[in-house]
Amino acid sequence: MSHFSKRKYVVGIIILTIFIAIFIKLFYIQIFDKSLKQSSDNNSQRHVVVYPGRGLIYDRNSVLLVCNEAAYDLMLVPRNMYEFDTLSLCSDINISIEDFYAKFENCKKYSIYRPSIFHKQINSTQYAVLQEHLYKYPGFFVQARTLRKYNEGVAAHILGDIGEIDLETLENDGYYSGGDYIGKSGVEKYYENVLRGSKGVQIFLVDVSSNIQGPYYEGKYDKAAIPGKDIYLTIDIELQRYGELLMKNKTGSIVAIQPKTGEILALVSSPSYDPQLLVGRERGKNYDSLLNSPTRPLINRAVSSTYPPGSIFKIANALVALQDGLIKTNSYFPCDVSKIGCHGHPPANGIARAIQYSCNPYFYFVFRNIIQRGIEKSIFKDSRIGIDLWKDKIMTLGFNHSFDIGLPSVNKGLIPSAEYYDKWYGKHRWAFSTIYSLSIGQGEVLVSPLQMANFCAIIANRGFYYYPHILKKIEDEDYIGENTQKTFTPFDKEYFEEVVKGMDYAVNDDFGTGGYARLTDIRVCGKTGTAQNKGKDHSVFIAFAPKDDPQIAIAVYVENAGFGGTWAAPISRLMIEKYIRGYVNDIYLEKRIIETEILN
Amino acid sequence: MAIGKRGNTLSNIDWTSIFIYLILVFLGWINIYSATYDESHVSIFDISQKYGKQLIWIGAAIVIASLTLIIDSKFFSSFAYVLYAVGIILLLSVLFFGIEVNASKSWFQIGDFRIQPVEFTKITVCLALARLLSNENFKFDKLSDIIKIIIIFTLPISFIFLQNDTGSALVFFAFIFVLFREGMNKVIFITAFSLILFFILALITNIELLLFISLALNVIGFTIINVRSYQRKIIFYTAIALAVISFILYRYTNIFSDKTLLLAIINTALMSLLMLVLFIIKKNKNIILFLSIIIGVAIFVLSVDFVFNNILQQHQQNRINELLGLSSDPLGIGYNVNQSKIAIGSGGLTGKGFLKGTQTKYNFVPEQSTDFIFCTIGEEWGLLGSSLVLFLFAFLILRLIFLAERQRSAFSRIYGYGLVSILFFHVAINIAMTIGLAPVIGIPLPFFSYGGSSLWAFTILLFIFLKLDSDRLQVFR
Repeated sequence: MSHFSKRKYVVGIIILTIFIAIFIKLFYIQIFDKSLKQSSDNNSQRHVVVYPGRGLIYDRNSVLLVCNEAAYDLMLVPRNMYEFDTLSLCSDINISIEDFYAKFENCKKYSIYRPSIFHKQINSTQYAVLQEHLYKYPGFFVQARTLRKYNEGVAAHILGDIGEIDLETLENDGYYSGGDYIGKSGVEKYYENVLRGSKGVQIFLVDVSSNIQGPYYEGKYDKAAIPGKDIYLTIDIELQRYGELLMKNKTGSIVAIQPKTGEILALVSSPSYDPQLLVGRERGKNYDSLLNSPTRPLINRAVSSTYPPGSIFKIANALVALQDGLIKTNSYFPCDVSKIGCHGHPPANGIARAIQYSCNPYFYFVFRNIIQRGIEKSIFKDSRIGIDLWKDKIMTLGFNHSFDIGLPSVNKGLIPSAEYYDKWYGKHRWAFSTIYSLSIGQGEVLVSPLQMANFCAIIANRGFYYYPHILKKIEDEDYIGENTQKTFTPFDKEYFEEVVKGMDYAVNDDFGTGGYARLTDIRVCGKTGTAQNKGKDHSVFIAFAPKDDPQIAIAVYVENAGFGGTWAAPISRLMIEKYIRGYVNDIYLEKRIIETEILN
Repeated sequence: MAIGKRGNTLSNIDWTSIFIYLILVFLGWINIYSATYDESHVSIFDISQKYGKQLIWIGAAIVIASLTLIIDSKFFSSFAYVLYAVGIILLLSVLFFGIEVNASKSWFQIGDFRIQPVEFTKITVCLALARLLSNENFKFDKLSDIIKIIIIFTLPISFIFLQNDTGSALVFFAFIFVLFREGMNKVIFITAFSLILFFILALITNIELLLFISLALNVIGFTIINVRSYQRKIIFYTAIALAVISFILYRYTNIFSDKTLLLAIINTALMSLLMLVLFIIKKNKNIILFLSIIIGVAIFVLSVDFVFNNILQQHQQNRINELLGLSSDPLGIGYNVNQSKIAIGSGGLTGKGFLKGTQTKYNFVPEQSTDFIFCTIGEEWGLLGSSLVLFLFAFLILRLIFLAERQRSAFSRIYGYGLVSILFFHVAINIAMTIGLAPVIGIPLPFFSYGGSSLWAFTILLFIFLKLDSDRLQVFR
């Protein structure tokens, strides 16, 4: 036996070697391999994002327009799921067993070991039931969310909506993570950074089934969420609601501005929709049907659509001609229908009467004076100089400018320049005779309803305006941006008094075109417009009131409604009356307007 | 002889081993407490919890240890075969009356208690083997004795396989250390290790290349052992030259790029021819042995695929694939090992502290109180704790080798080596599997893992030897 006794060393050495190998491996994984420590944290810590309450939105009179409502997303980590009472879960959240499997497959497709949303936006009632049973559903947990609640059911285009962040924004903005909600349109989008606040984080220790076992280091590394700020809009929600009511079954917009401040009182775009439609589980479906609707209700026509302004633009041309000394306030031009069509009216002695009658030939001559000033002999060269001089002046009235009012997608419209026509016709190949339709606000000029209302505010103020805006204050701080500054226009006040006179006549004198806008005890000044169109003409009206202390300047644009005096004027009148008086006397007119359906 | 008094167990017993045993059992208990800690049952003595129950098992184990020490040491050698038979009967009956846990039908259920007879079979096999090998007439080259050894192992292993408990069956291969120590041909010992190595290599490299390497190695080995010096040189250098040339052809030209089998065959043929010539000249009869080795190795290597795909079960194949890096699926098959490595790795140098482990406590690690108890040690006590445990086991095992070597009776020594083999196999495989060094075969960590059967079996296994050791001076040579 003795000669085998040396084999004890072999056995001992083998055993020792293996123990040393184990020790080396232990040393390696416990000291060197940092990734394992990381994995351990990933395993056992759950970073729960604490979403701050989104800022509330009020109207100018502190009426709550948008608030938050709790909702709960049911999350699933597929890896941690094992057999359980699926029927009970299905009945708790009211889905079918087929839905359950479809949702489960979806989650699995995303990741088997990372949480994904199993069922979105469970309301508080269902949550109460679910919460009690949750311990029976392995792998599931609930994440609280807040949803927006649009209380008033109106002002959809102003308020906008929030929705899950899109990929592009997600990549460009480090603040957000997938599935976060972000403002998609309206002030929700424009004031996203004010409203959203700042996300916080809570770190929990979780077990293998994602059940929370307690806070990590007693919450030492948690970060509190900073709630979003509340904002107050300049909108008067009652006026807004009334405007939407009047525009029911019509296509178009109403923009009402307080001339003394530039605050937008109402911004109606029709057709509209209940903003609450874009909240909750049905959001996607509703959004699609709104998007695909032929009436295109998602477009905010008040700021995004631009139209030929029609006859209201005659006032702008008159101001340019007067200021540049191309006509006198008492200039007379014949109603020469061989130049351009007109309707029967008494002769227009001076600019005020011409505005009152909205005489087309009169403004044909006015505009000819503007374009062909005789600076150059060639009418072609002369027209090029004339139009650019005209454009410079016109633009000071807020046209061809995209107003940063606090809403996205503001369209700047178009005031054509010499260069513009050169492109169309070639240089020196066009003259006044080519572009004369600009004289009555037709042709290439495009103006948004917002610009029309702002223009009206300039007239109401007799020469200046406050930049139109929609935000009144953030929390308790009044909104004072560069945009709220007073802006002067290069037109003398006396010329404004002259056009105001014309607008007064137009509403309150016989033979005026805007008689439907007349109110007995409130002096309304207005101007009709009838924008020619491929289909039926658009009905346009701008007005402000009262004449001597303007409280409101308004622009109404009703697509395909015909003559401006017939539809846009009475709507303006009702809006003015509603705003100044708080109620409307002529309920028959109101009823007629509301019940009329004008759709193309 | 000067130290101990004859017949006095308490003064002759090896207190060092007992001391380490008690430390290990105690550490096991507090780690089970931590691994299965339940905040609503804070007390470590709460018998509704695993840690409370483990304390009962420990108490019972100490009683069992004491009883073992009381039994006359001659009983173990005299009744070795009887006990072996009882063990086999238990294994057989568990197939009929046992219950199935985790797909293995290897448990008896008595009331609330479950007992796994295989744990105790390890003791009886160890005793029977010691009895057989210590027989004065026993010879390793006697066919009847070899058959006896084969029977002693084959019976329990086959029943355990039938119970679907492959892990426990593998434990019996550890007895190769005993056989080696007692004089088994070292070639068998080396071959056994080589076969394991080849099995692994056959799975991870391409078969043809391996076939060639193995043949070349065998030729070299065989030459060194059996051939006289000048012939040896010829064969040796020819083999090396062939290997180098083949490697160059294979690696740097594309002649054999997809014909490795052909390359291997050509080389083997050339070698065989050369040796055949030499042997015919010298009339060496070892040619038959040589050819049989070549054929044997070829069959073995080629059959690995077959064994792997047809004999091993899917989960065993998966575990081996994962271990060898042939497939990676950290959330599927590799999940347990991955989580276990994460737990141990996250412990760092000093660990997260008692009861502070997140991976084990929050169930990321499976079986954290039984097979994966080492994770709790690694996570909460860090490298310091885990290497202390490793050191204690190594010390105990080397101590037991020392004790085994000082026995006068062959029976005691052989039994001691049996104990060492089983203990070592359990400790090494269990710890190695938690850190991804060995495939996951469900065997407990001795003295640590939760459960009565395992603790009691290892206690009895150890204390029989300590009893034998304490009586070593009574034995006449």
